[in-house]
Formats: sequence, structure tokens, C-alpha cells
Amino acid sequence: MNFDLFRFAAPQAFFPVAGKLIPWFSVIAGVFALAGLYVAFFVAPTDTQQGESYRIIFIHVPAAWMSMFLYLVMAGWAGFGLAFHTRLSGMMASAIAPTGAMFTFVALWTGALWGKPTWGTYWVWDARLTSELILLFLYLGFIALKSAIADPARADRAGAILALVGAVNVPIIYFSVQWWNTLHQGASVSLTRAPSMAATMLLGMLLMALAAWMYSIAASLARLRAIIRERERDTEWLRMQRAAA
Amino acid sequence: MTWGSVDAFLAMGGHGLYVWGSYGVAALCICLEIYFLSNSKEKP
Repeated sequence: MNFDLFRFAAPQAFFPVAGKLIPWFSVIAGVFALAGLYVAFFVAPTDTQQGESYRIIFIHVPAAWMSMFLYLVMAGWAGFGLAFHTRLSGMMASAIAPTGAMFTFVALWTGALWGKPTWGTYWVWDARLTSELILLFLYLGFIALKSAIADPARADRAGAILALVGAVNVPIIYFSVQWWNTLHQGASVSLTRAPSMAATMLLGMLLMALAAWMYSIAASLARLRAIIRERERDTEWLRMQRAAA
Repeated sequence: MTWGSVDAFLAMGGHGLYVWGSYGVAALCICLEIYFLSNSKEKP
């Protein structure tokens, strides 16, 4: 069988594929979220130090992970488009940005509501919190810059440069708790050592992270289809799609 | 973890406002995004 993956780099080839994938990723996201919420509220024990307020972790950490991961994926697509002039790449980057911004806001919001009972304050200008806030501004800047430029090809190029330069902020966020003295705690879960939390807490967090991941894919693909519809509206293939619908 | 009552579940050991404020706003953000996405789908 001759399967050519690069065929899907063309918007008209990927458009129907994305449409077929969205329901699957949505359902999987829902299943993971339900399982994750069940573990978060009915399986995971009460924390000995923080009591019940720690349950914010099940939304805070997955949101924070997604905020950084989505930025890297977005910058990756933007950079790919900049290097290879592939039409779909810039659209992919634009499709990811609002979902990334949403998760960044959720990470900041839940962090503030967790900080108040735990640290006694909603906000401090600590390295971790400040660099995460800058991430939100980078997402918003990327979205604003792209929407300010009328020509899509130029918007993609300008956005790609902003996204790539801003990517330096992601390792700063991640390592901020090691590099500086922060009020924010260090990582409870890392790839190099055993997690410092109860197994059920970790399970709940991972389930919620998977749900956030699957949701991000579904949301980005749905937005990608809207962007393709907008940008390719004068093309023959989309006109035929509209006629068929 | 078993909760004695619905009230105990909602109270979250006195931290209900913080816990539900986090989950509520997160759920609202996701619902808003889904709403905007399904709206943009309508237009041909």
C-alpha cells in the first residue's frame, strides 16, 4: 500500500480527516475527564498538610502542562511553516493558540485560588508565576499579531518569528523553580525520579492531563477546520464541499 | 475518599470556594471555547 503522509499537508486533504478525528478525540477526552474527576474527588485521599484545597492540583497541573506543551507544538508548526512554506502549518499554529491561551489562563487562575489557602496570597511576582503570565501574553501577542496582518502568508511568517522567539520562555517556566528561589514548589512529578505523591493522586493527575491533551487536539482540529474554511473559501474544492453539504 | 454528606463534599473541608472556584472557571472556559467553536462551524 502506498500511504503518503505528506498528502495531508494540503488543506483540502486534511480537512475531511480532521472532521473525522474530532468526534473520536472529543469522546476520549470526555472519558478521561470523567475517570479523572472520579479519582480526583472520590478516590484520592485528603492531603495531610493542605486538607482538601490540594484537589485543585487535578486541574492546575494538567492545565499548566498543556499551556507549555501547546506553546511548543504551536511554535514547532509555525517554525515548520516558516522553513518549508507549507500552507497548513501556519493554520495549525493559529488553531492551537487560543486553546493554549485558555489553558494558560486556567493554570494562572487555579494557581491563584490554590495560593490563597496555601501561601496566604493570590499572587506574588515570583519567577514561576511571572514567567507563566508572560506565556499568556505571548499567546495573546501571537493571536493579535496574526489577526492584525491581512495577508495570511505574511501573518504566518510574522507570527512564526514571534512564536519561535517566545519559545525561550518555556524552559524558563519549567526550570524557574530550580533556578530561582520561588514561593512555588518544585516539580512533584519528573521523568528522572519517582513522583513525591500518593499513587492515586498521580493517577488522577495523569488522567486529567490525558483528558486535557485529547481535548486540545479536538479543539485545535475544530478551529483548524474553521480557519481552512475561511482562508480557502474561494477555492474550487471548498465550493464543491459547500455544494455537497 | 468517602464524603459523609453532600454538604461535606461541597464544603471541601472549608476550602470549597477555592476548589469549586477553580473547577467552575475551568469548566466555564472550556464550555465557552466549545460554544465559540461550534458557532464558527455554522458558517459555510
